[in-house]
Amino acid sequence: MNKKHGKQSIVFASPPQVAAAATIVGPMEGEGLLAAYYDKILEDNSGDQDSWEKCESYMIEWAMSTAVKKSGLTLEDVDYILAGDLLNQLMATHFAIRSLGRPFLGLYGACSTMAESLIVGAILLDGGFGGHVLAGVSSHHDAAERQYRFPTELGVQRPPVTQWTVTGAGAVLLKAMAGNDPRVTTATIGKVVDVGLKDPNAMGPAMAPAAAETLWQHIQDTGRQPAYYDLIVTGDLGVVGKTLLIQVMQEKGLDISANYQDCGCMIYREEQDSHAGASGCASSAVVLCSHLIPQMKAGKLNKLLFIGTGSLHSTTSYQQKESIPCIAHAVSLEM
Amino acid sequence: MPQAGGAGDDRYFNKWYEAQYNQVKPKPPLVKNMLWAFVVGGLICVIGQVFANYFVDMGLSKKEAGVPTTIVMVFLGAFFTGLGVYDELGRRAGAGSVVPITGFANSVVAPAMEFKREGFVFGVAAKMFVIAGPVIVYGVTTAVLVGLIYWIRH
Repeated sequence: MNKKHGKQSIVFASPPQVAAAATIVGPMEGEGLLAAYYDKILEDNSGDQDSWEKCESYMIEWAMSTAVKKSGLTLEDVDYILAGDLLNQLMATHFAIRSLGRPFLGLYGACSTMAESLIVGAILLDGGFGGHVLAGVSSHHDAAERQYRFPTELGVQRPPVTQWTVTGAGAVLLKAMAGNDPRVTTATIGKVVDVGLKDPNAMGPAMAPAAAETLWQHIQDTGRQPAYYDLIVTGDLGVVGKTLLIQVMQEKGLDISANYQDCGCMIYREEQDSHAGASGCASSAVVLCSHLIPQMKAGKLNKLLFIGTGSLHSTTSYQQKESIPCIAHAVSLEM
Repeated sequence: MPQAGGAGDDRYFNKWYEAQYNQVKPKPPLVKNMLWAFVVGGLICVIGQVFANYFVDMGLSKKEAGVPTTIVMVFLGAFFTGLGVYDELGRRAGAGSVVPITGFANSVVAPAMEFKREGFVFGVAAKMFVIAGPVIVYGVTTAVLVGLIYWIRH
């Protein structure tokens, strides 16, 4: 049976379900809009570890073990771990998974990795290759700053279009067994889209066309209109990228403004001075795991389209004056 | 109707999109930023002047007083970077705290602190000049060129 629909989408035959989800965040996120929903808030940015990178590893490990614990299973029941982060060679993920001791596939989709890992995990489960998949991502503001931008103590002024990398991690435990939990019903795998923007400070605007492309293709492939969903969320387009996505969809003749939100605009308060919102792998992950999935389980949200957005540049590529290639993957969760 | 070009090769869409982006791109609060830069930059210079006057009172000539003043200001820049204050200042004051010599000290101390975990050789020492390095290279080069012109003309 062919589960592929249209050009880029998958409709799962026996939709895998979300057994449990867990989140951990840094102190700044812990003072933000979703403060009440996170499982754990660190007291400082180091989490009692001696480097930012170790702190990030600790967070992803904590989120993954907690998701497993919440579902009442043990790590032994997990058939595969799918995870990734923003650091070179997936440093945070690899050191975290080392101690979890389960079969592991590392994924890199920059900030789209949460959606990517959910899609690959759902494919594995729907294909009958296992019973449980653990999918998770992490990012750390200071670890990302020192890799992509400047040392954290350098006195620089950030342009207003920049976004603030989220310190945090989120993990989802997917199961193949049927139950009364949110189901992963469809997915649309994105293509790399590059509209030629070069400013690494403006990642939301660079990623919005990729999100538009994937959303458009999802609608074509599945025949669902934007109004089909209670909520469409993108990962980390930020204030500016969000406005641009609405404009691009409007040009295509689709109005999404009624039921569209961006995770990057749901984390920080205005006075926290994050500028254009949140970004990073954890931006979409902590909103999905702490807020959206629990809302679905509580029956307040029935049909969700989750679009992870990633900007695939590197420090080398922007120093060589290349433009920013971007990607977006969509996955629908339904009760 | 513009299409989001698959491989990003749709020039019409890209142009339209860039125009949209430039329209919604947030502008920096120029007046506020300039005010901050003026006040903070000015204050740093006032502090420098206080020390310069002090060294003149101690019996140094105006020209000689420049050296100990610079030393004190570099120390203060490094010290407040270490306390984690200078980046907060720079976030608001921009060029007001980057241009004075305290900003130069900040640009050396910040990477040195950040890369301490990579060790004293490949971390602190190697990374210390990643930001200040270009300033030193082009500063010295310009000084040599100007010196050469001066030497030829006299």
